[in-house]
Amino acid sequence: MNTLREKMIAQFGTLACSGAGLYPTAIPMYCLPREEFNEAARSMKYSNARLVAEWAADETPLGRGFGIYACYNLGTEFLIVKCEVPADDPTFPTIKRKFVAAWRFERQMQSLMGVIPVGHPDPRPWIKFEDWPEDAWPLQKNFSASARMPRVEGSYRWIRAEGEGVYEIPVGPVHAGIIEPGHFRFQAVGEEIINLEERLGYVHKGIEKRFESLSWTDGARLAGRVSGDSTVAHAIGYCRAIEAPAGCAPPERGMWLRALMLERERIANHLGDIGAICNDVAFTFLLFQFHTLKEYFVRTNHRLFGHRFMMDRVVPGGVTVDLDDAGISEMLRELATLSGEFERLVTIYDENPSLEDRVKDTGRLSPEQARDLGVVGIVARASGLAIDSRVQSPYPPYDRFIPRVPVYEAGDVNARVWVRIDEIRESLLILRQILEELPSGEVRVPYSPPPPDRCGFSLVEGWRGEIAWWVQSGPAGIINRCMVRDPSSVNWLALEQAIHGNIVPDFPVCNKSFNQSYSGHDL
Amino acid sequence: MIRILHQIFRTGVVTEPLPAGVEAEITVIGARIEEQIRKTFHRSLTIRQVDAGSCNGCELEIHAMNNAVYNCERFGIHFTASPRFADMLLVTGPVSVNMEIALKRTYLATPNPKLVLAVGECACNGGIFGESYASLGRISNVIPVDAHIPGCPPSPIDLLLGILKVIGG
Repeated sequence: MNTLREKMIAQFGTLACSGAGLYPTAIPMYCLPREEFNEAARSMKYSNARLVAEWAADETPLGRGFGIYACYNLGTEFLIVKCEVPADDPTFPTIKRKFVAAWRFERQMQSLMGVIPVGHPDPRPWIKFEDWPEDAWPLQKNFSASARMPRVEGSYRWIRAEGEGVYEIPVGPVHAGIIEPGHFRFQAVGEEIINLEERLGYVHKGIEKRFESLSWTDGARLAGRVSGDSTVAHAIGYCRAIEAPAGCAPPERGMWLRALMLERERIANHLGDIGAICNDVAFTFLLFQFHTLKEYFVRTNHRLFGHRFMMDRVVPGGVTVDLDDAGISEMLRELATLSGEFERLVTIYDENPSLEDRVKDTGRLSPEQARDLGVVGIVARASGLAIDSRVQSPYPPYDRFIPRVPVYEAGDVNARVWVRIDEIRESLLILRQILEELPSGEVRVPYSPPPPDRCGFSLVEGWRGEIAWWVQSGPAGIINRCMVRDPSSVNWLALEQAIHGNIVPDFPVCNKSFNQSYSGHDL
Repeated sequence: MIRILHQIFRTGVVTEPLPAGVEAEITVIGARIEEQIRKTFHRSLTIRQVDAGSCNGCELEIHAMNNAVYNCERFGIHFTASPRFADMLLVTGPVSVNMEIALKRTYLATPNPKLVLAVGECACNGGIFGESYASLGRISNVIPVDAHIPGCPPSPIDLLLGILKVIGG
């Protein structure tokens, strides 16, 4: 089979100039004339590639207009297609008709960067609310980050279902539980949901813009707060993206410790999620059991790394913490206890018919839908897609400890629970291997920023799924643009599809089984 | 079923007394708190949590407060789904511009007398997000705040102590 790279060269020949300055160089970047942007998308679509992310950058400080980027993936190959558009005519052909995920990416690009996807069927703003001034494009360089925007009159056009017996339930932004804010509109007939429309953007804090005024090292702190539950994963993503173009190679021990923290984060969140899913079908027993395991687990983080969620432990150049022999044996003992307790609870989950009745066939996302939407992570693996960036784009120590990727076809709440169960088992194995074979040496090297006009791209498998980061350096040693794509940015689309035909009271359990980040999506 | 019962007896009671360092403090305020809750809040303090723009870190710890180890319900503290039933708002995050209106409405929907607790670094001073086109910074920039619990995020113990202190008067 042809690689995506060969395909690009065969189709566009000399039109596709290889983009310079992207790191790691193993991920090629091709610049195309903007008329061909959509053609490239078509070609990628027919190769069965997945759209990883689409974003724009204001490159006027680098003497250009706007850069429009799309990243594609097929198997282990990743490739970026770029087109440049002039600042006075910031239009580009939409790729939404080829890739569903581009629907929201492009709405977001138009709302925040002011670049116009020509032919996009849905001009409604995304993240930018109706009471923002229409010409407020915060990611443009001439928009001051500290500007206070006046509120203006405006309205949002909701999708409406009509007919006898159809009614609407608006929920949020302030939800009933202790969760993040977002708005959901259900159209229902009786108990059955016939449509769900999400409205997100409530926790938009201007994170991407904020990076542009921070130093490269301070950026790691902000990256660790893109989504507090994935602080390790996002910090690794950011650091890897800025280390490559700066020629900085963290020491092996540092990289292994990063992986150790990443797997610990995965286990802690999965334990919490499985408990919470059981709680949403009124099986509180397992909620309290799983959350007790989680509590003891995060306490070990605090004892050995000084923070329950390991915030700010991953920094450019390595990590700030180390493990001594006593720490290693404490962790090994903990893994043995946890594994035993965990398996007991799994048996209870597995053998409870009333639980099974609620989680099986609930919130089903078919493998076809999953592929069409380009979902990632737990959601993808529960719907038949074997995607895991630890395998597709491995870096140390994942080149040695290759995780087995659990894949289920059912796509329901139950499958998403089982993916989590299998992943906890797998992470326990990886942790044990890391602890037993941890290389000696330094954990951190000094970091100095990259030269101007370089960009770095990284992929990290957080507990939710694949996280993508792209960071571009500007003149005078500053960050010109920082793009974050949390798994939630694509997976939120899947929740809208999975909920069709379910009953309203099952929404919380469906939502919890996806457990998407609002903060990571809204940025 | 037998497995469930077995697991329950194996686990026993995991709820812990608060750590030794703070235990003394608790016994001092403890009696006053209980009296205060009985008098002012009719034996239970009801909290509505509002995420006004947080990264979800503080929410994880507020959840943890409810787990079996901390078990905040033993102090008469519990969380409600609606601000209409709340005595206290626990507000996290810097206030995002897009959450400003919802936060104000939630505040107005909470009956008087009410207490507002700003939870976490961002809620106290805007944190790393600061003030910008999208973030209004600290909670007190938007609604009146009675007390602050710093920390990024504050631990469940910090949260419990913060709440106990503010209702202790």
